[in-house]
Amino acid sequence: MKLGDLSSQPNLDYQQVRFDYERSPDQDAATPVRHPVVIVGAGPVGMALAIDLAQQNVPVLLLDNDTSLSVGSRALCFAKRTLEIFDRLGVGERMMQKGVSWNLGKVFFGEDLLYEFNLLPESGHQRPAFINLQQYYVEGYLAERIAQLPLIQLRWANKVAGVEQCTDHVLVTIETPDGNYQIEAGYLVGCDGARSAVRQLIGQESKGRIFRDRFLIADIKMPMDKPAERWFWFDPPFHRNQSVLLHMQPDGVWRIDFQLGWDADPEFEKRPENIKPRIDALLGQDARYTLEWASVYTFACLRMDAFRHGRVLFAGDSAHGVSPFGARGANSGIQDAENLAWKLALVLRGQAGDRLLDSYAEEREFAADENILNSTRATDFITPKSEISKLFRDATLHLARKHPFARSLVNSGRLSVPAVLDASTLNTADTDAFEGRMRPGAPAADAPVRLCDGSDGWLLRQLHGGEFVALVFGDGNHAAELRAASDTLSRAAEGIAPLQVIRIAAQGTPAGAVASLVDSEGLIAQRYDMEPGSVVLLRPDQHVCARWRRPSADALKAALHTALAAA
Amino acid sequence: MDLITTPHFASADDFYEALIETHRDLSVEESHALNARLVLLLANHIGTIDVLRQALAAARDSAPAPVQVQPQTPQTSSQAPVPAHAAKR
Repeated sequence: MKLGDLSSQPNLDYQQVRFDYERSPDQDAATPVRHPVVIVGAGPVGMALAIDLAQQNVPVLLLDNDTSLSVGSRALCFAKRTLEIFDRLGVGERMMQKGVSWNLGKVFFGEDLLYEFNLLPESGHQRPAFINLQQYYVEGYLAERIAQLPLIQLRWANKVAGVEQCTDHVLVTIETPDGNYQIEAGYLVGCDGARSAVRQLIGQESKGRIFRDRFLIADIKMPMDKPAERWFWFDPPFHRNQSVLLHMQPDGVWRIDFQLGWDADPEFEKRPENIKPRIDALLGQDARYTLEWASVYTFACLRMDAFRHGRVLFAGDSAHGVSPFGARGANSGIQDAENLAWKLALVLRGQAGDRLLDSYAEEREFAADENILNSTRATDFITPKSEISKLFRDATLHLARKHPFARSLVNSGRLSVPAVLDASTLNTADTDAFEGRMRPGAPAADAPVRLCDGSDGWLLRQLHGGEFVALVFGDGNHAAELRAASDTLSRAAEGIAPLQVIRIAAQGTPAGAVASLVDSEGLIAQRYDMEPGSVVLLRPDQHVCARWRRPSADALKAALHTALAAA
Repeated sequence: MDLITTPHFASADDFYEALIETHRDLSVEESHALNARLVLLLANHIGTIDVLRQALAAARDSAPAPVQVQPQTPQTSSQAPVPAHAAKR
């Protein structure tokens, strides 16, 4: 099948799709053809990065050693921030339509509900805390989007076999069914997963802690009367002394993770006849179900020392790995991609220096540490590594039945939220007094807005992407002031960086002819601590990098230079 | 705030008696579990992480023979088992 044929086929089984290997003219070139960016690995991270770059007019060569999409639910849980990124990539709505939205998690001990948590406890957000969507759908929808973008060349059955760093490029040797060929990459990005070939080829490794436990994942198609929530059991009656995690998936499929212990034999446990008693214990003897996919996994929390090695960069599982409890794998990989895309685009256009790419590594190494910390803590609770650790874990669970404080210690996974890049060198420190969560480094919060045509919309959907954004807050009754502030910022940014200015009229004031939108429920003012005159500067990846009560042109210029690592 | 290590009980003997009494008739295993629950209850009552860290350090320092803190040596390997959740490539 060709990429372009994907979208024309209704009810496609994405797990069965096989793409054609096609010979490229590069294979017949006399000398290696140069590509500004080459991405290795057409998984969720590599595809998201390719789309983001292409949307910013950067031509991309995307290589994959295989000819198929993912099999099994795998990543499954896609977080709010990832959905907001997918919106910008033009695939958010499609993912939402198919995915199972959820906000609520429940934790059981034995037969009792210990507590529940709402991951999105406030209203005024377009996207839910999570959707569950099988990885093959996510990859399929991203692939369909790639088919719409002529700047992306996606080559299946192209396996990277050699990587050589040269002065102004990376020489990449690629293995194909037709034999080897070479290309030059301005930058090479390894999005090729936990067993990354690119990482091995440059002699690097991912280091960290391995956990001595095994889990069985089973994707089961069955009728089941349970809500779309994350259910986690410690020591349930149907699987004693171990934990179980249950998630609803689209198409009437449920994902069940059974903890097995370190001594379990993966080959034995994977067999359908050995999975059946476990399912029967959960559903009852006469339950009818079909086993869609099963796998036994163990895991480690590890990362590369550095995500940048000259012109070779790493994003996603190639750079860092976490245990699955917390859904921090694919979600953090997609955030890697969005952090890297705008920086690569500006560097390739000559609008920023190469140093900006160092900030990619710094920021995402920091985020990886945060994810690994959360993931390690959850894993230590679920899989206690010593007698005493298990003693305290059990003590916590027993106390939690009666005492609310102990529920805060129960850790079944702290679910993925994007890192706040507090220490980023791209931030401009506050000089004015501000309250609230939207401090420099924070990912921008969404909020409902009223658009100029009177329709309702969402703040984040108004951001074009690929540009810095100045949110300028004002009183709609003083349009001239808002216009003047906006013009000052637009002029100040000229020649430094692309800037989109969004003029926001305060709740209860008219948009008039000047404002881009109205803060219809007052939530922008609340979430960003805005007053008339306040300005919040967002990076192209929607992280706050500066904010002021009434900025001068020079203040904005300085903040942009800082955010481009040019200060 | 510092951890209080000078006498703070209204009646030290009353507390000690109550503590031992609480463990009456329990197996060693049950007593260990009770102690763990007790530590968690008291820790939450204190709440302040600085004070708790001082208490943790003081408890460790008061062991009969000096206890060497073993630096944690993480298992390191590039042959790490790969999470099935990882992108397949």
